[in-house]
Amino acid sequence: MTDARRAANGVGRADSLTRWLVSSPPTLFLLVFFLAPALLMVLASFQQPGDFGGLVPVFQDGRLTLSLETYEFFFGDWIYAEIFFRSFVVAAATTLICLLLAYPLALLIARSGKRHRDLLVLLVVLPLASNFLIRIYAWIILLGPFDLLYTPFAVIAGLVYVHLPFMILPLYSNLEQHDPALLEAAQDLGAGSFTRFRRITLPLSLPGIWAGSALVFIPVLGMFAIPELLGGTRDILIGNLIKEQFLESRDWPLGSTLSLLLTVAVLILAALSAWAGRRRRGWA
Amino acid sequence: MALLEIRRISRQFGDTKAVDDVSLSIEAGEFFTLVGPSGCGKTTLLRLIAGFEEPDAGELLLDGRPLTGIPPEKRPVHTVFQSYALFPHMSVAQNIAFPLQMAGTASDEVRRRVDEALELVHLAEKTRHFPHELSGGQRQRVALARALVNKPRLLLLDEPMAALDAKLRQQITGELIALQRAVGITFVFVTHSQEEALAVSHRIAVMNAGRIEQVGVPDQIYGYPQNRFVADFIGTVNLLPVEVRAADQGGLRMFAAGLGEIAGAPATATAVGQRGVLALRPEQVRVLAGSERQEMDNHFRGTVHDYLYLGDVTVYKIALDNGSVIESLLANSLPGRARFLERGDAVEVGWQREAGVYLRD
Repeated sequence: MTDARRAANGVGRADSLTRWLVSSPPTLFLLVFFLAPALLMVLASFQQPGDFGGLVPVFQDGRLTLSLETYEFFFGDWIYAEIFFRSFVVAAATTLICLLLAYPLALLIARSGKRHRDLLVLLVVLPLASNFLIRIYAWIILLGPFDLLYTPFAVIAGLVYVHLPFMILPLYSNLEQHDPALLEAAQDLGAGSFTRFRRITLPLSLPGIWAGSALVFIPVLGMFAIPELLGGTRDILIGNLIKEQFLESRDWPLGSTLSLLLTVAVLILAALSAWAGRRRRGWA
Repeated sequence: MALLEIRRISRQFGDTKAVDDVSLSIEAGEFFTLVGPSGCGKTTLLRLIAGFEEPDAGELLLDGRPLTGIPPEKRPVHTVFQSYALFPHMSVAQNIAFPLQMAGTASDEVRRRVDEALELVHLAEKTRHFPHELSGGQRQRVALARALVNKPRLLLLDEPMAALDAKLRQQITGELIALQRAVGITFVFVTHSQEEALAVSHRIAVMNAGRIEQVGVPDQIYGYPQNRFVADFIGTVNLLPVEVRAADQGGLRMFAAGLGEIAGAPATATAVGQRGVLALRPEQVRVLAGSERQEMDNHFRGTVHDYLYLGDVTVYKIALDNGSVIESLLANSLPGRARFLERGDAVEVGWQREAGVYLRD
């Protein structure tokens, strides 16, 4: 409806009031439980650690206790950069493996009969119904006898296993919407089956690939349970490092700094991929 | 030799015979139309020609070579789909270049041919646009250009006008005829609209329940329908139940209960005593002014039952003395004189013996 028509109908005011009423609870929730803690975390990264965990107050003995110490610490030791880099490599590998496994499966579900589709989707999400930790312990039992436990392989296998549904679902919901007439048209105009996939199905599924990749890549970066249970001491990721600062080392400021830097890195990546995606498909 | 020879092909889906023992031959350069109600098998026949379906029986020959087992991508046959099926992620130029790239055409040649095709459908300024930025009519022209650019032996059109509004449809019908003449490619056109079929085609095949009822040039199909289905499906028709009284070279003498004798044109394979219908087009039935009566071979009394004013013509429904209602169509050639008959007026209607077509039951 255009503004002019809305005004003519005299519903404009009531309309925007309803909009505010409906959207204010979630907005308020996000402000209190998401934005505020995030800002507290930014502040914490400049604060001093307390002797037994927690934080030294911002003002103590009449002077400001804020400093850049944790940032100097992070950039002063290669080990942190190395763990960051390793985490990104593991997340990228997990995402790629998930994509390679999920794509054929999503395509199969999208192209199977309407009656079977719902059942197949249910089977994909079924593992999510059982407890996450139990499923990881099951992997310990599975991998134990093969001497594969506490290796990078075990970590990647666990990560792929847990995140696979989050790649399959967005891919499926994208592929399911493709108009079959497009493939028939391509075939009619001379395209063989591989060309049809390369020129039609694959480019049209890029939004699904981006969505699935984001849903896998970002959580994997922050994951600590799987590396801790399935990996060795050398397989720790950023997630483990952050958890360690808060629970074992009791260095909240460093933990906050690591979290903040991780968030910034992810946001930069997301912005880059959104920019690349927009450039690629002017049509969407 | 015909360009496309369809020999006794059948295709069954479950218990339904979508295409039932159909034979046709389509000549090079022809604008051939398959027309029929929805579900008559015309689209299945088109898909059999394109290769998306294989016949259960019979065969197809293109340029004398059998098409059996050749997949759609290897047939020199392209289709304009009902939904147009333009690739949404490709620009207009990329869509049209697609079949050329599939054929391995060199890139500068592709560019030249795409420009040529865009020129042909008057879309040269839309090269860089994407399908979602085009109107329905423009999309259809892109679909046409894409299907024609690689010069197929045969172009199939599956109800390409269905998604367009009436005014645009009429305009595009004209453009389609001109386009076919310009490119000289054989068109096989599928439609459920008899007006479209009559307007565009060199020849028409009327289909019903998987079978072909009649094949002929538009004038033949409209003027000399071979059975009640064709008479009824193509255009509007009055059907008067009659019994044959006499048949010779001079013509047919029929009897209609409650009306009397009707003179008709000679018909083949009729016998005295046979029952059937006389099919009369509304424009063949004249409402007679006093002096015209002597010139008409058949004339009967009736009353105006109802009329429908359509602007260019008025359709009068006239009840004859035996109770049957027939339609008479009068052109409104003078403004202000459109409705010169009112309900209940006593009139006389008549037609020449050559006008009607006798169809046996």
